[in-house]
Order: sequence, then structure tokens, then C-alpha cells
Amino acid sequence: MLETEASLPFPLLTSIILLPAIGAVVVGLLPRWRTDLLRIAALVSAVATGALTVYLLTQFEAGADAEFQFVSRHEWIEALGVSWHLGVDGISLFLIVLTGILFPLALVGADPHHDVKPYLCWLLILEAGLLGAFMALDLFLFFVFFEIVLVPMYFLIGGWGYDNRVYAALKFFLYTMLGSAFMLVGILATAVLHQRATGGDLTFDLVEIANNADFATNTARWLFASFAVAFAVKVPLFPVHTWLPDAHTQAPTAGSVILAAIMLKLGTYGFLRFGLYLFPEAAVWFAPALVTLGVIGILWGAVCATMQRDLKRLVAYSSVAHLGFIVLGTFALTTEAVSGGVAQMINHGITTGALFFLVGFISDRRHTRQISELKGLQKPAPILAAFFTVAMFASIGVPGLNGFVGEFLVLIGSFVTRRWWTVVAAVGVILAALYLLWAYQRVFHGEPDEANASFPEMRLREGLVMLPLVGLMVFLGVYPKPMLERIEPAVDRLIAHVEQHTDYVAPEVPSGREEAQP
Amino acid sequence: MILAQLPETFESHGVQWSSLLPLLILVGGGMTLLVVGAVAGRLPRGFYAAATVVIGLAAFVFAWVDWHRVNTDGAMPLVGSALSLDGFSVFFMVVIISSLVLAALLADDYLRRERLDGVEPYVVMILSAVGAIVLASANDLVVVFLGLETLSIALYVLAAVHRRRLESQEASLKYFLLGSFSSAFFLYGVALVYGATGSTNMGSVGRFLADNVLLENGLLLAGLALMFVGLAFKVSAVHFHTWTPDVYQGAPTPITAFMASASKAAAFAALLRIFYLTFQTYSVDWRPIVWVVAVLTLIIGSITAVVQTDVKRMMAYSSISHAGFILVGVEAATDRGTAAALFYVLAYSFMVIGSFGVITLVGRTGDSRHDVDDYRGLGRSRPVLALTFTVLLLAQAGVPLTSGFLAKFEVIGAAVDAESYAIAIIAMVASVISAFVYLRIVVSMYLVDASAETDGEGVRIPAGAGLALLVTVAFTLFAGILPNLVVDFARDAVPVLVAGP
Repeated sequence: MLETEASLPFPLLTSIILLPAIGAVVVGLLPRWRTDLLRIAALVSAVATGALTVYLLTQFEAGADAEFQFVSRHEWIEALGVSWHLGVDGISLFLIVLTGILFPLALVGADPHHDVKPYLCWLLILEAGLLGAFMALDLFLFFVFFEIVLVPMYFLIGGWGYDNRVYAALKFFLYTMLGSAFMLVGILATAVLHQRATGGDLTFDLVEIANNADFATNTARWLFASFAVAFAVKVPLFPVHTWLPDAHTQAPTAGSVILAAIMLKLGTYGFLRFGLYLFPEAAVWFAPALVTLGVIGILWGAVCATMQRDLKRLVAYSSVAHLGFIVLGTFALTTEAVSGGVAQMINHGITTGALFFLVGFISDRRHTRQISELKGLQKPAPILAAFFTVAMFASIGVPGLNGFVGEFLVLIGSFVTRRWWTVVAAVGVILAALYLLWAYQRVFHGEPDEANASFPEMRLREGLVMLPLVGLMVFLGVYPKPMLERIEPAVDRLIAHVEQHTDYVAPEVPSGREEAQP
Repeated sequence: MILAQLPETFESHGVQWSSLLPLLILVGGGMTLLVVGAVAGRLPRGFYAAATVVIGLAAFVFAWVDWHRVNTDGAMPLVGSALSLDGFSVFFMVVIISSLVLAALLADDYLRRERLDGVEPYVVMILSAVGAIVLASANDLVVVFLGLETLSIALYVLAAVHRRRLESQEASLKYFLLGSFSSAFFLYGVALVYGATGSTNMGSVGRFLADNVLLENGLLLAGLALMFVGLAFKVSAVHFHTWTPDVYQGAPTPITAFMASASKAAAFAALLRIFYLTFQTYSVDWRPIVWVVAVLTLIIGSITAVVQTDVKRMMAYSSISHAGFILVGVEAATDRGTAAALFYVLAYSFMVIGSFGVITLVGRTGDSRHDVDDYRGLGRSRPVLALTFTVLLLAQAGVPLTSGFLAKFEVIGAAVDAESYAIAIIAMVASVISAFVYLRIVVSMYLVDASAETDGEGVRIPAGAGLALLVTVAFTLFAGILPNLVVDFARDAVPVLVAGP
């Protein structure tokens, strides 16, 4: 029996979105100087949200044949055909859970240093927006969430970031807004053309449009392109990635963590949910170009990461490379590759989130992130070094840790359809090992000089933040089946949807599954 | 075709005094206020503003009555079809009266602060609103001119209200010279249209053009072009916009708020009524012109705003860019486009009054602190005021969950519906450029540390202005989150051509 919201005692998805929003309002109403109360209120709402997302995970049925579960649909703006339409499938499920888990960690693990109240407000609003974006099944609603998350992130970077924060915040906001400007026109055109084709009412409902729409080939390509611009900026794909290193480097720790772990996924998630689902033919047609950009991103990100002197910027560029893998997987268009891409979204969220936390811990202590000024940290802080090692190996994609699962699935799935691209992408894996290990060597190995000798070891609170992340890395690396068996049916359905609407046939990937699940 | 839906015979209903009540209340109230101000001795503080608000609200109530009358009886001509009462005119009554009330609330403290308090500014503002309403509900091109002049002459005076401030005088003179020039253009256009069609009544002109095909339409097209110039000046479309920054900057800030909302709204009403409604049969001819003007207005408005350092000038250029957005709705030349333009006008009126309201307060005594740097540290010293301004600015940038986003959404939707994809994309790109301008102010308020200067007075938030700001922010958020009512209001307000005598 499929779970809908009606069969639950309360509207689960709506609650998940509203809870952090209410938390933000509560924090906003509390007095500014009661920082303890503020922190508790924010943490309670974030933890409750996280608990609800975990509850969602437990209630999610792995094998159900419905496209979306927990569907909730209410009219919102009747005159415009806009509805409050939420739903979850295997693609969005883990992104929602990841969001639910990471926000409490970000609240605990990163200190704003000043202006606690607005900081907490913005973080909670950001959480509500991100969760909404992953659940929205209405184009208008998705756009609202997609766009609204810019505001809190803008203020987080601009208000609590490092020296060059104002520039980075502006660049981030304008880049993304420019991308979504095209998407807004695309969304409207999609809805209007769908209305003309079916002769019904104007609607922005994703499911309805995807199942009924029969756009002319050329039209669909233009529409896809308008969406793709927005998502490409968000991912970010080469060559529109330049906002990312600045935003990441200047953002406060929590900002970088959320930005890398969750916000970038809006782009790759958007490609899957809206690009492939709405315009299958156009997606197949654009696939070679996007795969190429993804592979360029892998190499470009890796090369740039190798050359960075700033540890945080290095991790930022590694994100560009990892996101390139996800795009490669998405547009390789085999079940394995796409599932791998989705798994990689989660894995990258966990590992890069952890890395940004660790870099944040280091820069909080040393007030610098220059690799050249850090040395031999392993001696004074062995536990921190250990956590860094695990996160780094996960990021490189060492078997037994989560990073391997996604990357391997992407490579094996893409090899069938995009052989040479995959070969080049595999080089990226080696480069990842190169720049991360080299950075690790420079920062942690050797004898610490005077400034680094008194480097404080990890505190309990920081350890508590890292533990769940490292636990997830190991668990998902050793036993990814629970995750994959929820992702794959959704991906299968998506690929089938693509096959049904185009003459594309996804090739069989020989024995990919067995090998991917140790 | 709208004419086809009209009843066969359409009786003239005479003057219809009861439907004219909103206008009558404003005129009568304004006159009474003038007499009271002249006769009475010392009145309690804020009396004039309060009286203006009461007069405005009374007119508002009867506008609401009119709305219901229109919804039950349909559109009707008033005063021997010189005016028309339809959803469209009531819609603009609501916009203009709201602007009047909010501007009066802002002006209250401002005028006292600048030691200019007196009854005259309020009376002139009320009369200017009367002109704006006449302009918006005119059913005859000559009456359009009448409304245009009543509105404009009152605004020339209002711009000069700050007697000791040189910029105020300069703004007034500049506005007066250019404004009368553009009015002359408009009048000439009316004359040419009369020559081509034999009537100045919009109903008759529309019917004449629907029934007859003009073999020689040069005269008519020239008339159309000249009328467009006159109205484009009033809505500050490029390249008739050059007065806007100077006048907006020079005029007393609450007056600028009124100008940017009521005057712009009324001019758009006339533009829609004349072009979309009366000359719908000629949309093939005027749409390309509006297209070009809209694109130029969007691009030049938003790009020029980027290089400004004076917040009032920034807002002036952004108001030009917003006019471009509304023109995108006009360009669509559909009911949907018109409804979108109406929604935009309503949403923008509130946003812009709120924005200039904040600017009024931050300008402090002398109305002079309008540099972006004067906003430094406002987020810390006046967090609520800064948050208010942030909401209004983000709304102007078109961030979701505000009325500004839905306004853009509606307009772009109408353009896409009319298959004007290019202009839709240009408009969205222009909105991103504008966003930079708004973010610059936000940056100054929050992200830059306050400068060391602590000279003189801090920013005060008087009750009247506070109330006005609260109303504008509440409306901006309400229309952004639960827009059903407002969207339907705009859709029901699409104009109807009422027949001539």
C-alpha cells in the first residue's frame, strides 16, 4: 500500500518544510542577547526537522510502484494554476534526509562568532527553502524555493564570511539569479505551451506536464536549454563555475558546508527531476554536450585544485570535479550511471561537508587557511588528522568508503554509452588522489613549526559533529544496498520514461550491480 | 473583439452622481480642508495628514461600492460618457487613493521636520489624486488631457514644496518645462486622431475603427505616435525619461513616492485605455513601437541605475526599469497582458512608496543624506527599518514570496503567452542587472561596517511613517504569499470600452 499523506496522522512533507520556517520565526522573536535560548530554539527545530526526515526515510517504501510517495497537493494560487504539490521519490529522498541531518550538525559544529540571532534565522530559512526545493512537484513552487534560498545564503556569506565576503556574496547571488532568469521564462513557456496543447487550464504541475506534454522537438530543446542554464550555474558546470570557489572560500563554515553538500545538488537534482523528466528527447540530444562539460569540469576542477594554496579553495575546486562526475552519470543515461550519480550526490554531500567542517576547525584555530602556513598538524592533533584522513579517502573514492560506490557506478554505467568520456573521467579519480594526498601531506605531515605546535586538538563538540558523518561514510561504503535499492527503482522509472518518449534505448550494463555492492 | 460583446443599445445614464462619489469626496474634502486650514487657528499636530487620510479612506469606501456596482451592473459611462466606470477605473482609484493615503502619512512628519507644515501640500496632493483618477477613468481623449494636466500641474507645485531647497525648485521647473512640452505632444496627437476618426470619445473612436477600414491612416498613426510620446513621458519610458532622475532626486521624498506611484499608475491607465482598448485594431502598428521602447527602457533603466551612488537616483532609474516591465505587459496586447500590467502597477505602487518612505526617514532633516554610504550600519542601528527596506528592495528585485516576484511572473507569463519570447528574456536579464542595484543598498545596510561618523541626529521612525511602511511591507508580503485576491482583482479589472453618445 502506497503511503500518501492522507494515511499519515499529519502532513509529513509540509511539516518538514514548515518546522524550520517556524523555528526561524521563533528565533526572530526571541531577544537578541539571549544567545543560549536562541541556540536552543534553533537546534530544537533543526533536530526535530532532522528527526522527521529520518521518519520519512523509515516510512518510505523501497519497492512501491508509485512515482511519488507522501504526495500532498493543495491549491495555492488558483488563478495561476499553481499548487502546493509535494512528493518524494528515491531520487529526492536521500537529499532530504541529508539536509535534515546536516543542518543540526552545521548549527552545532560552526560558530557564527557574532550576531547569533540573524545567523540562526537565515540558516533555518535556508533549510526550509532547500527542503522545499527537493520536494516540490510544481514548477512554480520549485522556482520559488530554488530562488528563495539565494537570500539566506547571500546574507550568510556576506554577513559572516571572510575578508572578501561582500564580493563573493554578490557574485553568487547575481550568477545564480541570471541562471534562473532564463529558467523562469522556460517554466512559463512550458506551462503555456502545455496549456495550448491540452486545451485545459493553465497548470504548473510537474507530473501532469511530464505525462501529457508533447512539445515539438525544437521547442523542447529550447525549453530544456532555458532550464539547463539555471541548473548549470547551480551545479556548477564548466565554464559557469567561477562563482563557486569565491563563494565557498569566503563563506563561513556552515555556509560552505550547506552550499557544497546540499545547495549544489539543486542543480544536478534539477537536471534529473526537470530536465530529463520534462524534456526527455531534448535531454538525450543535449547529453553529449553536457557530458563533455561534465568531464571538462572533472579535469579542470582537479587541475585547479592541485594548484590552490588555500585549503578551503582546494576543497571547493574538488567539488567542481565531483559534481562533474554527477553530471557525467546523469547524462550517460543508464540506470547504473544515473543511480551512481544520485548516490554520488549524497556521498559528496557527506564527504565534502565533512571536509569543509574540518577546514573550518583548522581555520578557526590558526586563522589562516594557507597550506604553506600549516605544517605537521598530525602531531598536535592526531584525532583531527584521523577524521581528515577518512573524509579525504572517501572523497578520493577509496573502496570501503562511500565515495567509491557512487564513482564506481558512474564509471561503469557511463562506460557503455560514453566510453572515451569515461576513460578521461577516470583520470580525474587519479588526480583527486593526487591533490588531496598532496595537500594532506603538506598540512599534516612533518614536524610542526612553532605556530603549529600548539595547535589544539579536536574538542568533543567537534568530534560529535564529525562522528555521524564518518559513520555514514563507512556505512554507505560497506553496505550501500539500503540506499541503492531505494534510488534505483526511481531511476529505472525515469529511464523508462525517457525511453518511452524518445527512440533512445538504454543499453544493458553487464553485471554492474553485483560488483558495486560488496 | 471587445466591441462584439457589447449590448446592442447602450443608453447614456446621465451624470450618475452616486458613482462619482469617490471623486466628489476627494474634491469636496480637499476644498473643505483648504478652507479649514485657512480659517482655523492652531490645529493639533498632524491634523492635515489625518484629515487627508480620512478623506482618502472615505473615497476608498465608495470606490469599493463602485466595484460592486460594476460587478453587478457591468461597465457604464458617466457624465455623458466623458468618464467610464468599469473595473479598470475602480482598480486605479484604489491604487491612487492608496498612494495618496500612504504619501500623506509619510509627508506628515517630513513637512513638520522641514518646517514646511501647512495645509497646502495636502490639498494639492488630493487634487493631484483627483487628476490621476480622472486620467485613469477618462473615456474621452480630451478628458484624458484634462486629467493629465490636473495631475501634472499639481505635481509641479508639489515638487517645489520645499521652498528652501534649491534642488526642489530646480526639479519643479525642469518637470514643468518638459511636462508641458509633452502634454502639448499629447494634445496634438488628440487633435490628429480627431481629424482621422471624427471623434475624441474613445467608444466612438473604437467603434469607428472597428467598422471602417481607413485607406489613408497616416493622420491616425501620427496622432497615435504623438499621444504615445505624451504618455511615455509620464510613465518615464526611455527615451522620454531624462527628467525622472533629476525630478525624483530633487523633489521632497514623500512627493517622489507619490509621483512614482500615483502618477505613473494613472499614466499607465491612460496608456492601456487608449492603446490596448481604443486602438486595439491598430495593435499591429503600435506593438513594435512599444516593444522597442520597452526594451530600451528595461536596459537603459537598469544599467544606468548601476552607476548611481545616490539612492534616490537609483530608485528613479529602477522606476524607469520597472516601467519597462509594465510596458512588457502592455506590449502583449492581450487581456492577460493588461491584467499583468495592472498587477504590476499595484504591486509596484506599494513597493515604491515603502522604499521612498524609508529614504524619507534616512534622509533626515534637510532631506540630504541620500548617498549609499549614508545607509551604512542601518542594519545595526535600526534593524527593523533596515529589514523593511530589505524586504521592499528584494521585492523590487523580484525575489519569490513577494508581490514583486508575482508581478514579474505575471508580466513574463503574458509576454510568453503572446509569444514575445525575446522581450521576456531581455526583461529577466534586466531584472538581474537591477538586482545588483538593490543589493548594493542591502550591502551598505548590513555588510559594511558603520562609518565612524556619528554627527547629528539618528534616524527617527515617526508613527505615521511607521504605519505607512508597515502597510506597504504587509501588502508586499501578502500579495506575494497569498496572491489569489490581488490576482483576481487585477484580472477583473481589465478595461471595457463603453459606447459614446
